[in-house]
Amino acid sequence: MATVLPKTDVVIIGVGWGGGIIASELTKQGKKVVGLERGKGRKLEDYFMMHDELRFGIRHGMMQNLSKETITFRNNEGMRALPMREYGSFLLGVGLGGSGTHWNGQNFRFLPYDFEMRSKTIEKYGEDKIPADMTIQDWGITYDEIEPYYDMWEKMAGISGEDNPLGGPRSNPYPTGPQKKTVAMELFTEATKNLGYHPYVQPSANLSENYTNPDGISRVACQYCGFCERFGCEYGAKADPLVTVLPVANETGNFEVRTNAEVRRILYDGTKATGVLYIDLETGEEFEQPADVVVSTGYVFTNVRLLLLSGIGRPYDPTTGKGVIGKNYAYQIRKGAATGYFDNKKFNNFAGSGGLGMIIDDFNGDNFDHSDLDFIHGGMIILGQTGLRPIANNSVPSGTPSWGAEFKDASIKYSNAYLSVKGEGASMAYRQHFIDLDPTYTDDFGDPLARITFDFEEQDRQLTKFMAEKCGAILKEMGADHVDISGDLGPYNVAEYQSTHNTGGVIMGADPETSAVNNYSQMWDVENLFVVGASSFPQNAGYNPTGTVGALSYRAAEGILKYLEKGGSLI
Amino acid sequence: MSDKNKNEPILEKRSSRRTFIKNSGLTVGGVVIGGALGSLLSKEEKTTTTETHVHSEATASNANVALMYFTPEQLAVTVAAAERIFPADANGPGAKDLLVAYYIDHQLAGTWGLRSNEYTKGPFFPGEPTQGYQGRLNRQEIFNIGLKGLQDHSVSTYNKKFTELTEEEQDAVLTDFADDKVPLKGTTSKIFFGILRAGTIEGAYADPLYGGNNGMEGWKMKNFPGHQMTFLDIIDKEFTVIEPLALNSQHKH
Repeated sequence: MATVLPKTDVVIIGVGWGGGIIASELTKQGKKVVGLERGKGRKLEDYFMMHDELRFGIRHGMMQNLSKETITFRNNEGMRALPMREYGSFLLGVGLGGSGTHWNGQNFRFLPYDFEMRSKTIEKYGEDKIPADMTIQDWGITYDEIEPYYDMWEKMAGISGEDNPLGGPRSNPYPTGPQKKTVAMELFTEATKNLGYHPYVQPSANLSENYTNPDGISRVACQYCGFCERFGCEYGAKADPLVTVLPVANETGNFEVRTNAEVRRILYDGTKATGVLYIDLETGEEFEQPADVVVSTGYVFTNVRLLLLSGIGRPYDPTTGKGVIGKNYAYQIRKGAATGYFDNKKFNNFAGSGGLGMIIDDFNGDNFDHSDLDFIHGGMIILGQTGLRPIANNSVPSGTPSWGAEFKDASIKYSNAYLSVKGEGASMAYRQHFIDLDPTYTDDFGDPLARITFDFEEQDRQLTKFMAEKCGAILKEMGADHVDISGDLGPYNVAEYQSTHNTGGVIMGADPETSAVNNYSQMWDVENLFVVGASSFPQNAGYNPTGTVGALSYRAAEGILKYLEKGGSLI
Repeated sequence: MSDKNKNEPILEKRSSRRTFIKNSGLTVGGVVIGGALGSLLSKEEKTTTTETHVHSEATASNANVALMYFTPEQLAVTVAAAERIFPADANGPGAKDLLVAYYIDHQLAGTWGLRSNEYTKGPFFPGEPTQGYQGRLNRQEIFNIGLKGLQDHSVSTYNKKFTELTEEEQDAVLTDFADDKVPLKGTTSKIFFGILRAGTIEGAYADPLYGGNNGMEGWKMKNFPGHQMTFLDIIDKEFTVIEPLALNSQHKH
């Protein structure tokens, strides 16, 4: 049987951004925290051989080993769900620092509209604007309420950026100035200004200058080496839990991380969470870690699956729309994009940083009128310069074969002579999109895998077409000789990489009937259990999610401290 | 255009059939070995032993040019097929001279070949196109079937093995595979071709530590500088050509 360990104040499941931020904030206040990470430990020196596209970019060297656990997928309830046997649509991080080690560093605040999407849409366009099966909800927190936590996150991470002319108000400027502007970014700036839009340099977690944060952590400036997404930053220039919040937590002496420690159940006595059951993956031994507060900061699928396996919360029922665990799974609509090929111009496409790029928000949120459009929301439009690596990037103009002499010649000719402008489409929640437990396929321990039921909807098709046309027009204005527009969405395909922006399943809200957690990420049903991450997004915005996950983590940390003092529901 | 013309004579030499002998490691001190291995070489190639001696000196120093998985016949088919997918041209060497087939061989011997990091538990169902790969075979098994399929389809169509076909005939065979027109046991020609194509691109552009991208020639063609510690000086400048570095430049530190 499981060995019962001494009780701790707080046990955290998963030590990535969410777990790291909460550990740092609580241990600074003298709380004893145990962090359980199922992956291996990591330190900055381990990033010595990072510039290896094959190992990390193509073979997913920093990601979860799918032979142990994956997800299953189906487009709809009529289809048999089958396991995602190899990586495709999204990547699952693992190891100390979680996905915070291998993100790109594209960092945003959601728009004020995003947090009150349902009520603001109805207010402006009427109830009929929202289709019957679209289950979007307000967050139970407004932009103004979350703003101070965005500020904390940005200061900790040292976000580099300049004001978004169409974004929500800021209490402070970005702690560091914007990253450098490349030739392609200058072209985009000029073109979008000509078209009457409002370009700004993308806020980036890759430091534009050396920076010391409020915790006293110093990091050096980004070198634009072009190896961010799927890679760890050997300079520590990219904000990563390993070089920001985790050293702060460690310094207090109140934090203990156990790696190779996979949590299998949250222990629950019918009223409260009493701790967790985990297995030491190196020895196979089982342990019970009792705690006053349990915090689940796994990735979306882990958070949902652990609750369902542990019998906590009311599972979502797509037939009745009742229940909340697994509800409102959403994604990112990224196929509204265009690629421009230049015959007489070359760019340093091989160089860049994950968060480097230009953005316009003229077609994001409700920044434009939707009265005559068959969709709501939209998304940011980005020209990114992340550094194009040669295995993954072999873009050729439409009509070119995908192999052989013509392909080789075109892929080489355009390797530094093509630019992409892409829409980061918001993803709405639908009654028929959810996560539950698979009835057939299991993990290494015999526990059911998480099952995703998801497809693109008419809203997504309309949005994709709209965004693709805008992206194409920008590239034409930039002077591209040949522009390919990819506006055809098709069905959602789990085998095709799109974005690791999976959201929902343990959503936040103001009403315990329709949401799983309150705006401190505290579970309505279990007040000493906090479930933190993009799992709490009621639907996804038209931006990358990490900045908002960071802000929610700071707010959750504040809530946990309050709970440890006073107990009870925080709302 | 003028640059391309300038390069042509060199490239012609690079892509000569002689280099096949060099790259397949079938010579020992310039002497072509007979028996099973010798049968892989055509008469024409046998006459070039003097030339290959020069090449084999260089190859002999590359300990990576040896086989972990393929049989000699599988290697020969892979060399020929990869070269059609990524042929030598005015831009630079093709898959053959980049040692792509050795790269694929080495990858097949490890986690990629065995799918050790992928979910391989049953039950198995064909699935929808949106559900990704659902087969029970690993990549070693798919290659065994696919490479044999290339030979068989060539024999049934042209009465010759794949390695004996003209380039045009090889392209026609590969097109049939890519278009999923060739029935294979346990897998599909499209799946096999997809893996072969992916492996070929990887072998052309992965760090040379994996055995392909010989001499960083893949990166040079594409103006990809490989492993560099900083682009701070050029990030906001016009296009700049930078001599590539591989990861071993870092490891020596």
